Amino acid sequence: MTAVVSPPAMRSFSLGPKSARVVEALVIPIGALVASALLFSVFLIALGKSPATFFSLIWTGGFGSSFSIQNTLQRSAPLILTGLAFAIPARIGLTLIGAEGALVLGGFTAAAVAIPLVTGGIAPFLTLPIMALSAMLVGATWIGFAGWLRHYRGVNETISSLLLSYIAVAIMNFFVEGLLRDPASANKPSTMPIGDAYRVGSMPGTSVHWGLAAGLLLAVVLWILMTRTTFGFAARMTGGNVRAAKAQGLPVGFLVVACCAIAGACAGLAGFYEVAAVHGQANASLVAGYGFTGILVAFLARQNPLSVVPVAIMFGALAASGGLIQRRMGMPDATVLVLQGIIFVVLLVSETFYGRIPFLQAKTTGDRT
Amino acid sequence: MTSILSRRSLLKAGAAGLAASALPLGLARAQTPIVLGAVYVGPRDDFGWNQAHAVAMDILKQVPGVTVIEEEKVPETDAVAQSMESMINLDGANLVLATSFGYYNPFVVETAKKYPNVEFRHAAPLWNEATDPKNAGSYFCYLNQAHYVNGVAAGLSTTSNKIGFVAAKPIPSVLSNINSVLLGAKSVNPEATVQVIFTGEWSMPVREAEAANALIDAGCDVITCHVDGPKVVIETAETRGVKSCGHNASQAPLAPKGFITGAEYKWETIYKIYADALAAGQPLPNFIAGGYHNDMLRNSDFGAGASPEGVKAAEAAIEGLKAGKPIYVGPLKDNAGNVVIESSMDNYAPVLDGMNYLLEGVQGSIT
Repeated sequence: MTAVVSPPAMRSFSLGPKSARVVEALVIPIGALVASALLFSVFLIALGKSPATFFSLIWTGGFGSSFSIQNTLQRSAPLILTGLAFAIPARIGLTLIGAEGALVLGGFTAAAVAIPLVTGGIAPFLTLPIMALSAMLVGATWIGFAGWLRHYRGVNETISSLLLSYIAVAIMNFFVEGLLRDPASANKPSTMPIGDAYRVGSMPGTSVHWGLAAGLLLAVVLWILMTRTTFGFAARMTGGNVRAAKAQGLPVGFLVVACCAIAGACAGLAGFYEVAAVHGQANASLVAGYGFTGILVAFLARQNPLSVVPVAIMFGALAASGGLIQRRMGMPDATVLVLQGIIFVVLLVSETFYGRIPFLQAKTTGDRT
Repeated sequence: MTSILSRRSLLKAGAAGLAASALPLGLARAQTPIVLGAVYVGPRDDFGWNQAHAVAMDILKQVPGVTVIEEEKVPETDAVAQSMESMINLDGANLVLATSFGYYNPFVVETAKKYPNVEFRHAAPLWNEATDPKNAGSYFCYLNQAHYVNGVAAGLSTTSNKIGFVAAKPIPSVLSNINSVLLGAKSVNPEATVQVIFTGEWSMPVREAEAANALIDAGCDVITCHVDGPKVVIETAETRGVKSCGHNASQAPLAPKGFITGAEYKWETIYKIYADALAAGQPLPNFIAGGYHNDMLRNSDFGAGASPEGVKAAEAAIEGLKAGKPIYVGPLKDNAGNVVIESSMDNYAPVLDGMNYLLEGVQGSIT
């Protein structure tokens, strides 16, 4: 990991290894975004639509006014958390795509534990933390289990986490349509509403709920954890080479399960905010695909917890402006998905450019691993 | 059918006298421009619920002074609140029609509180006068009346006397449609039975196809359904060479050989009432519910699958419903043998909204 100290610069033009890496990490994704925009423009022109209108509508809908910015941030809040839920296990070399299940189950748990607390008249300042903690605990257990299966039973974590998602949704449906169904919710089975007094409000001066702040905080905390602590170092080393990590005596099993548990807790927390800040109860609306969009977010952010934030905001902006594009340009809902797909593919291709663009390389022998 | 339709269009849109001034296309230009924002949960061409709404919007688009802006595939999450706010803030919408069940609580309610000058109407009977904002409201049609007509036409078009029903979830509105198909069929064919399979999801095309096939294998020769997009069910029936009855919108083009008729909403009646009220500067009604008696339903034009007797009986049934003839004629037992309806019910009796049983003659279970 440690960079080789560069010799005193002989020419003023050369980049130091560290700054070279930073510049490269900025230039390649931005280049990929520009390339995607160009490709998508070709697609638009082929459809007889104006790319200029399209991109100006993205700006208007995503950032053009204080309303648009809040709309964007509101939509990015769950994506930051589910992005983190993919990014953290990715650092230890796991491809976990089960955040959706942990979100749904976490949200459901929050709503379920709220029922006795709310009926018992426990104060919101006690109830909400209990809801949040149980949501995180259940999410952590759920994804942690996928990690456990991976390490101790050799079960492919991608498959198991995806299948666990389906089970999670089924568990929620089972209770929401049965034992815990609020009798008042005849045509849309839901748990008992937690009531306005127990809702998590908006951040002061905005209409954005506190889930955004939680996401930002967790992104910073997890970035520090993964890059500035021995835990993070050990986890990344395991991600780089499991056998080497084992040979070094690292507790690989613990690291794998812990990273998965952290991921599950992030997703569970997103579920808590969906219930406590958005829906006020648990029902099928929790299955909104945030867990799966989070995979895209983390991929674009190259699994860096800090980069997850701007990428999630970009996806939030795309979602926020998607409606405007439908309404103003008469284009179908799938338009924005096409753009997202193009971005995703171009970014995957751009991964191959790391270390291969001569003028972005340091003049020393600093390696990238 | 055609004659009935044209006669009805001559009657203009008349919903309980509310639309006395409604002229379908010759609406007077609105005083203040109306920007109508419509939100759909699925694609506008789903051959189902969303298409039924979108077709009605297309009619409104031709009304001078009305601009319709539409957004499709908006999930029943926070996204719908954001979409409605975006329509209001960025496009100046002053009437928002939220067309999916799960949009209402909390999203329509909370957005209505936040924007007291914008009118919100939601397509399900959920608005509560005591607790919900006055600028919100509900509109709803009792589609089971049109399913009753389906049942009548199917009852005289079947030879096996077995009607198959692919249902989404065992909730009151779905159960009412199943029971109404049965009662319609039995009213003309006492031998008729209905066999139901619940898929458990509003949209699960693979399971819907499996269910349709299973029903056909069990001897049903008419298939109908209550799922979000009836396309797969109707196409499966057509491919297997059996007859079908539609749901939500017209699926006639999907089944040129076997289509009998279908239960359809006539949302444009309600939308015209709204547009008229806005144009005249009058308050919008908070709650509109209806059925055949106030021109809020229709049955799809009869297809090749309908027998001549079926067509005749169905047309008579429509006239009966318009005159308020009850569907639920007591005493009626559920399929476990308990008497669930003592005496005849008005078609809009509130107790029917809580239906939690399948009637005797329906094979299937809600648990």
